[in-house]
Amino acid sequence: MPAQHTRRDAPAPQAAPPDRTARLLTGWGRTAPTGARVLRPRTRQQAVEAVLACGARGSIARGLGRAYGDAAQNAGGTVVETTGLDRVLSIDAVEGTVTCEAGVSLHRLMTGLLPLGWFVPVTPGTRYVTVGGAIGADIHGKNHHVSGSFTRHVRSLELLTADGQVREVVPGSELFDATAGGMGLTGLVLSATIRLLPVETSLMTVDTERLPDLDSLLATLAATDDRYRYSVAWIDLLARGMAAGRAVLTRGDHAPLEALEGRAARGRLVRAARRDPLAFRPGRLPPPPRTVPGGLLRGSTVTAFNKLWYHKAPRRRRGELQRLASFFHPLDGVPHWNRVYGSAGFVQWQCVVGHEHDDALRRIVRLISRRSCPSFLAVLKRFGPGDPGWLSFPAEGWTLALDIPAGLPGLGDFLDLLDEEVAVAGGRLYLAKDARMRPELVPAMYPRLDDFRALRARLDPRGVFTSDLARRLAL
Amino acid sequence: MKDAFGSPQSLLVLGGTSEIALATVRRFMARRARTVWLAGRPGSRLDSAAAGLRDEAAAHGAEVAVRTVPFDALAPETHEEVLEKVFAEGDIDLVLLAFGVLGDQHADEQDPMAAVRVTRTNYTGAVSSGLVCAKGLRAQGHGSLVVLSSVAGERARRANFIYGSSKAGLDAFAQGLGEALRGTGVQVLVVRPGFVHTRMTAGRAPAPLATTPSAVAEAIEHGVRRRAPVVWVPAALGPVMSVLRHLPRALFRRLPG
Repeated sequence: MPAQHTRRDAPAPQAAPPDRTARLLTGWGRTAPTGARVLRPRTRQQAVEAVLACGARGSIARGLGRAYGDAAQNAGGTVVETTGLDRVLSIDAVEGTVTCEAGVSLHRLMTGLLPLGWFVPVTPGTRYVTVGGAIGADIHGKNHHVSGSFTRHVRSLELLTADGQVREVVPGSELFDATAGGMGLTGLVLSATIRLLPVETSLMTVDTERLPDLDSLLATLAATDDRYRYSVAWIDLLARGMAAGRAVLTRGDHAPLEALEGRAARGRLVRAARRDPLAFRPGRLPPPPRTVPGGLLRGSTVTAFNKLWYHKAPRRRRGELQRLASFFHPLDGVPHWNRVYGSAGFVQWQCVVGHEHDDALRRIVRLISRRSCPSFLAVLKRFGPGDPGWLSFPAEGWTLALDIPAGLPGLGDFLDLLDEEVAVAGGRLYLAKDARMRPELVPAMYPRLDDFRALRARLDPRGVFTSDLARRLAL
Repeated sequence: MKDAFGSPQSLLVLGGTSEIALATVRRFMARRARTVWLAGRPGSRLDSAAAGLRDEAAAHGAEVAVRTVPFDALAPETHEEVLEKVFAEGDIDLVLLAFGVLGDQHADEQDPMAAVRVTRTNYTGAVSSGLVCAKGLRAQGHGSLVVLSSVAGERARRANFIYGSSKAGLDAFAQGLGEALRGTGVQVLVVRPGFVHTRMTAGRAPAPLATTPSAVAEAIEHGVRRRAPVVWVPAALGPVMSVLRHLPRALFRRLPG
C-alpha cells in the first residue's frame, strides 16, 4: 500500500518507543519521587544480568517498597525489583530453618511455615517486607530485647556482588556485617537461610496495661520487660502536661497449646483455634481511595483519636488471646494505609538512645508533645543489645518511632532539632526510615561508616550498587 | 538528592547575581544546600555574590562549596558545553533559571535591536539553557528546574510588552517543558512574581501587591516542597490575574501600574 500523504510537509520523526521500564518511585512515606528503570528478574541469571547491565548510575534492590524514605530508589539508574525471586527453596521442619530467595515476603513465610509449627524469628510491624529487605535494613520487631535483629537469625546468604560473582556469606565475616543493615549497598541478596522459631499455635497471649505517663512506662519496661518475648508501647505524644507520654503497653508471647484449654479460654477465636491451632488467616479491609485530601490528620483529629485510643484500652488485662496478625501487624489489615496522609506523604522518625540517656528521651518526648506533632502512630520500645552489622540500627536502649505528615510547616527544622538531641546522647536514627536527616550526622551515629565506605570502595569501585539514600547521606 | 521536604543539597543558579536567586540560595543553604554553582557573566559582581554566600555559610558554621562558572545568556551556542561540565561534576538537585533583563520599553521601541536583546536574553537564552539543564536533570532522574517568569507575561500591557512578551514566551516554554518531563522525576516550577523590589526595578513606581526577593524565595521553597507546577508571588496574584486576564480591554488599559 502506498504511503498516505499526511498534512505535514516533512515526515514525522520516528518517536523513540516508550521505555516501559521507566517508573517513578517513592518509599512508603510517598515523599521525594525519582525516576528509574525498574527491572523485575524472575531468575537469578536475569538478576545477574540486570545488575551487570546497569549504567553509570548503578542499581539497587527493591523488595516491597516498605522502607519509608529513599533507600530503595535509584534516580536515573536501575532498580531491581526482587519480588520475582520468590521461590522457597527448602524447609527443614525438624531443625527449623528455611532457605528462600530474597523476594519472598515474611507474609509468605508465615503462611507456609505456621501450619508446620514454625514462625519467623523477627517480624516488624508489617508482614509485607521481603527477606532481602529484612537483611538490608536489619529489621527488628517487638522481640528485639530478647531475640535481637533479623540478621542474628540468618545462617547464611548468597550475595551478588559488583564483580558479578555470587558469594556465600556467613555470619562473622566482614561482608556479612557490612551487608546486615547495609541498605543493599554491598550487593544484591539472592537467597538466605533463616533459623525459625517453634510455635504451638497461631495465637498470642497478650497482657495489656495502661500507663499514665512516661516515667511509669519507662519504669515498667525496665523492671518487667524481660518476662515477655514481645513488648511494645503505643505512646500518646499529643497528651500535654502530666500525661505527656502516657502509653498503652502490650506484651505477650506465642500461646502454647495449653492456653486453649482451661476455663479462661472461651469465645470463637479459641473454638476455632482448638480445631486448627496453627491456622493463619489474616483479614484484610478495603484500601483507602487513591487520592485522599491532605491535612486530614491534623492536630485536633489526632489528639481526639489518641485520647480515644488511650481510654478504650483496658487499665490492665492479662492473658488475652489474640490473633497473630492483630498483635503484630494491625496496619496490614488496611492495604495502602500510607495514602491517608494525602499527596504530601509522611515521614517516619525513629531514633534509639542508650538506657542511660533517658533524659534525652524525655526531652524529645517533651519537645514533640509541646510542638503538638499530629502523630498517632508513635511507639516506644526497649531494645536489647545490638548486633554486629556495621550500619545496623538497633542498639541497647530506648527506641521511639513516630509518623508525621510531611506537609506540616516547619517540620524539617523541628526534626533537625530532635536529631541533635539524639546525636548529643550518642544515639542514632534508622536509615530504613529516614528521608531527611543531615548527612553530617551519619558518621557520628554510625561509627563503622568508614569501614563500610572502605569495603564498598574495595568491593564495588565503579559504584554498581547505589541508591538515593546513599547519595543523599554519602554512605 | 532532595529530602522529603524538597530541600536540595546542590544548586545551580543561571543568573548568579540575581537578587531573587541569591535570596533563594540563602534559604536553601539554611537547610541542606552544600554545593552552589553560580553561573553568570564573569566579573566582580559574580565574584562578590559568591563571596557573600561563602561568608554567610561560614557565619552559620556550614561547609558550603560555592563555585562560579562563566555563563552568558546571549551566547546560546555555548550553553551546552558550559552547563554539561557542571552536571558532569555531580548531581544538581535544583536549577534556578533566574537571569533576565527588563529593558527600557520606550527606548527599545525605537531601537529594534535593543528590543531583540531583551527577548534573546529572557527567552532564547532560557530556551537553550533550559533544554540543556532539562537533559541533565532527566538523565539523573531527579531534580527541579525553577524558572523565573513574571506576571508581565500573563497579559500584554502597553507599558512593558517587550519584556512581557519575552516572559510570556518563557512561561509557555517552561510549562511545556514541565509536561515533557512528567514521570521522569524532574519537576519544572514556573514562578510568577508581581512587582519585586530589586535593583532591576529600582526607581520604578511599585505596582499593587509588590513583593520582595525573600518572599519570592520563600514561595519557591514552598513550591518545590509541594512539587507544584506554578507559584504566584504573592499567592493572591493567581486569582487576581485570572480576573485581569478576562477584563475587557478598555478597562484593563486604565489600570494603574
